Amino acid sequence: MGTPLNVLEHVMVPEHHIMSEEEIKQLFSTYKITTEQLPKMYHDDPTAKMIKAKSGDIIRIIRISQTAGRAESYRHVIKRSKK
Amino acid sequence: MSVRKIIWADTYDEDGYPYPQGLMDLNLGVIDPGLRCKTCDQKASDCPGHFGHIELAKPVIHVGYTRMIRKLLRVTCRSCSRLLMGPEEIEKVIGTEEEGTEVVSEKDIKKEQVCPHCGVQQLKINFEKPTTFSEIWVEDGHKMEHKLTPADIRARLEKIPDDDLKHLGINPEVARPEWTILTVLPVPPVTMRPSIILENGQRSEDDLTHKLVDIIRINQRFKENQDAGAPQLIIEDLWELLQYHVTTYLDNEVAGCPPARHRSGRPLKTLSQRLKGKDGRFRGSLSGKRVNFSARTVISPDPYISVSEVGVPLAVANEMTLPIRVTQFNIEEARQFILNSPDRNTTGGPCGANYAIRPDNRRIRLSGANLETVAPMIEPGWTVERQLRNGDIVLFNRQPSLHRMSIMAHRIRVMDGKTFRLNPAVCPPYNADFDGDEMNLHVPQTEEAQAEARILLSVQENILSPRFGGPIIGGIHDHVSGIFMLTNGVKWFSRSQVLYILSHGNPDHLPEPGKVENDVPLWTSKQVFSLILPVELNMVFRASSCLNCDSCKKEGCERDAYVKIEDGILKCGTIDKKAIGAFDGQIVHRIIRQYGMKRASDFIDDLTRLAIRGIMLFGFSFGIDDEDLSRTEYGQIREVLDTAAMDVERRIRIFREGQLEPMPGRTLEETLEMQIMQVLGKARDRTGEIAGRHLGLNNSAVVMAVSGARGSMLNLTQMAGCIGQQSVRGERIMRGYDDRTLPHFRKGDLGSEAHGFIKNSYKSGLSPTEFFFHAIGGREGLVDTAVRTSQSGYLQRRMINALQDLKVAYDGTVRTTGGRIIQFRYGEDGTDPSKSSYGNPVDVKGIVESVLKEEC
Ligand SMILES: [Mg+2]
Ligand SMILES: [Zn+2]
Ligand SMILES: [Zn+2]
Ligand SMILES: [Zn+2]
Repeated sequence: MGTPLNVLEHVMVPEHHIMSEEEIKQLFSTYKITTEQLPKMYHDDPTAKMIKAKSGDIIRIIRISQTAGRAESYRHVIKRSKK
Repeated sequence: MSVRKIIWADTYDEDGYPYPQGLMDLNLGVIDPGLRCKTCDQKASDCPGHFGHIELAKPVIHVGYTRMIRKLLRVTCRSCSRLLMGPEEIEKVIGTEEEGTEVVSEKDIKKEQVCPHCGVQQLKINFEKPTTFSEIWVEDGHKMEHKLTPADIRARLEKIPDDDLKHLGINPEVARPEWTILTVLPVPPVTMRPSIILENGQRSEDDLTHKLVDIIRINQRFKENQDAGAPQLIIEDLWELLQYHVTTYLDNEVAGCPPARHRSGRPLKTLSQRLKGKDGRFRGSLSGKRVNFSARTVISPDPYISVSEVGVPLAVANEMTLPIRVTQFNIEEARQFILNSPDRNTTGGPCGANYAIRPDNRRIRLSGANLETVAPMIEPGWTVERQLRNGDIVLFNRQPSLHRMSIMAHRIRVMDGKTFRLNPAVCPPYNADFDGDEMNLHVPQTEEAQAEARILLSVQENILSPRFGGPIIGGIHDHVSGIFMLTNGVKWFSRSQVLYILSHGNPDHLPEPGKVENDVPLWTSKQVFSLILPVELNMVFRASSCLNCDSCKKEGCERDAYVKIEDGILKCGTIDKKAIGAFDGQIVHRIIRQYGMKRASDFIDDLTRLAIRGIMLFGFSFGIDDEDLSRTEYGQIREVLDTAAMDVERRIRIFREGQLEPMPGRTLEETLEMQIMQVLGKARDRTGEIAGRHLGLNNSAVVMAVSGARGSMLNLTQMAGCIGQQSVRGERIMRGYDDRTLPHFRKGDLGSEAHGFIKNSYKSGLSPTEFFFHAIGGREGLVDTAVRTSQSGYLQRRMINALQDLKVAYDGTVRTTGGRIIQFRYGEDGTDPSKSSYGNPVDVKGIVESVLKEEC
C-alpha cells in the first residue's frame, strides 16, 4: 500500500474535534437540547475514524462558510448497523 | 368486529326493504332516510355503519400477501415448518449483538436442502401469478408438480414457531402469518358502498356490492357441492373460482388475472382501486381538498391598476361574501348592506348582502322581496354575509405554486367583464401570461386571516424574492421598451407631450423646463422620468445596454449606458431592464432598502404607467420589413458565408490528405469537427455583426434586445442574417443514412451543408434540406424541456416533502417539529435572504453611494 490518506488534510474536509464534557454541557445549555436532538454521524465515518471518535462522542465541526465566513456545527457519533 | 353473518347474495326485496342477513342487512348500517340502524339505532345520517362477515367454505389467499407467503414457504420446512437454519447459521446472519435489528432473508437460505431439524428433503416452491403455489421436483427424470391448496399453505404457516418468526422480522404477538390466508371475509358497512337510485326508479348497486354478491353466490354453491360430496375436480374448480372473486374484490388490477367487469364491460372499481392513484383516497381525497369562498377564471392584463390590486368581475364579486358579525357599533352599516339589493349591477354600486345568519345559525337568503323585512330584524349576534367591494383583501394564486410568491394578497377592484385583471408587472412571480391562463382567488373569512394576508402575503411584502434577495416584481416587455425609448439620449418634449406621458400618474407640479425655445418651454425625457423617483435618491450603475468597455467613458458613453441619479434627478444614462426590470431592477431594489416596500410598490405603479404612456407616445411595432437589409449587407453576408464554406472545404482537404495536426487529447476527426464548428460559428456571428450595422435603434427588435425587454441580438441575427449550425447534443447532425445525413448528399460528405449548417435567415426562408435539419435541432430542444420539467417537478416534490415541517426557532436554529436541530444558525449567518441585499445582510455599496453621491 502507498501512503495512507489523511482525509482531514483534504481541502474540502472541515476541521473536526472531539468535544470535552465541559464543552458539551455548555453546548446543551445554550441550545436547550439533549443528545438526541443533535445531527448524527457514523462511528466509521472516515473523519470520525481519523480523530478516533467513539460512538457517543460529540464532534465540533468548523467550516469555512460562504455566507458567514466561519460556521460551527456539532454531531453526535452513532454506531452504524451492519447492513 | 362483525355485527352480522351474511349468507344471502340478495340486497332488497320487492318492496325495497333490505333482506335480513343479505348484503344490505339493517345491522350493517342504513343509507335510506327513514330507516333506523339495527345495531346503533341511529338515523341514516348519524350511523357510521358496521362490519358484517362471510364465512368462506374453504380458505383463500389474500393477494396482497402473496410475496410474504412465498418467502415463508421457501424459508421453512415442508414437514416441521421450522426455519431452515441451525442456531449457528442464524447467529451468523443476525449477529450476536443485542441490537438484533437484522432479519433473515430468502437469500440466506440454501435451496432444496435437507431440514436441519427433522431431516426431510425440501422441494422447490413455485409461485405463479396471481395466487398459485406448487411444489416441483424431479423423479426418474420426470418433472413432477404438486399444487398446494390454500388450506395446505395455511396448515404450514400455522406450524411456524413464534421464535422463528422473530428472526424473519414478524412479531407473532401482533400478527401470525396464517392470517394471510382468509377463512372469513369482512363485509364492509353499507355506508361505504351505498346504492344509487336512478332516475327511472331502479336501484344501481356499488361495485363492491356487485363483487360481494359474486363471492356469496360462489361460496354458497361451493358449500352445497361440498355437502353433497361432489367429485374432487368440481370442488377444485369452485375453489379456484372463489379465489378469483376474492382476489378481484381486493384488487382488480393484479398481474396475471383478468379484471372483473361490469355488464357494460367497464372494469369494476374494487378496494385497492379506491385507494390507489391520483384520484384515489390518499392523493385525491386526503391530500387534495376543494374549498369554498374561491373563484377561478381567465386572467387578462390591465396596466392602469396597481400591482397590489386585482380586477374582479362584478359577477364574482356579487357571488362571494365576507361575514360581518353584527355588533352595536356596526349595526347600522350591516343593516344598510341588507337594504342594498344583492343584485348589484354596476361596478360602482354599493355592495349588498347575500345571506343573513341568525344567532341560532339559521340562514336567510336575501332577495329583493325580503330585504325590508329582514333589515329591521337584525341585532348584535347576527352575521351578515356581505358581498365583495373595492379594497377587500383576497388571496390570488396561480398553479403550479412553486414558491411562496405564487400566492399573494391583492386588494379587490370590482370591474366589468368576465376575467380577473392584473398588472403585468406581477406576472413574473406567478409566471403568468395571458394566452389563456386561469387563476384562483380566495377570500379570507376572518379578521385574523385578513390581517395575516395584509401583513405577510400582500404584493408589496413580496417584491423581494427570498431566492436571491432582489426584486422579482418589476417592469416587463413593453414597460422596459417604453422606458428605454423615453430615457435613451436626450429628447425634448412640449408641455402637452409631457402631460400626455404623465396623464396616468399623479405629479403635483412640473419641474422648471430644461430650456425655452422661441418662448416654448421644453422638458427632457430624463426630467419626466425623474418625477417618479424619490427626491433624495442617489445611485450610479450601468444599464443593460452597457458594452462593458475596458475603460468606461462614464457620462460620455455614446450608448448613454452610464446611469447616474443625483438627489432624485436622472442626470445621465438610460433606464432599462437593469434599472427597473423584474429580477434585476436596481432602482426598485434601492428604493426598498431606503424607503421601504410601500414606496417601492408605488414606484412600480408609477413606472409601469409612465412606461406604457411612453411607448404609446412613440409607437412600437415590428413587421417583416424590419428584417430587411440593404443590397451591400446581403452581398457581405453572402461573401462571409462563401468564405466560411470554402474554409471548411479546405480543412476537410487537409484532413483527407492526412496533414491535419490533432489537438491534444483529440482524434483527427474530433479536431476537424471542432475546427468546422468554430469556422461556421464565427461566420454566423459575422453575419450578425453585418446585420447589426444596418439595424439601429430605429428598429424595434434592436430596442427590445438592447433594453433587455425581449429577445437578443442572436434572434435578430437569425432573422436577418443567417440561422447557423443546427446541432444535436452539441455536435453537427451526423445520424441518418449510411455515411450521410440525407440522400441529397454524397456518402462521406463532411461539408457544411451536409451536416446541418443553415445559410439562410428566417426572413429569406430555408431550403428543404435546411428545413429538415432545423426540425431535427428543434426537436432536441422540445424533448429536453419536456424531460427537464418532469424531472425537476418530481425533485421539487421530494424536496418539499423533506423540508415542509422545518422552521427557524427563536434562537436562530433550524429545527424539525420534534426539536431536532438541522442547522445551528439559519443559513450559517442567520440572514433572511428576502430581507437581504442579494444575499448580503448590509448593502454597503448602496449606503456609500447615497452618501458620496458618486460611484464607489
Ligand atoms: Mg400561459
Ligand atoms: Zn349503526
Ligand atoms: Zn423439518
Ligand atoms: Zn459604458
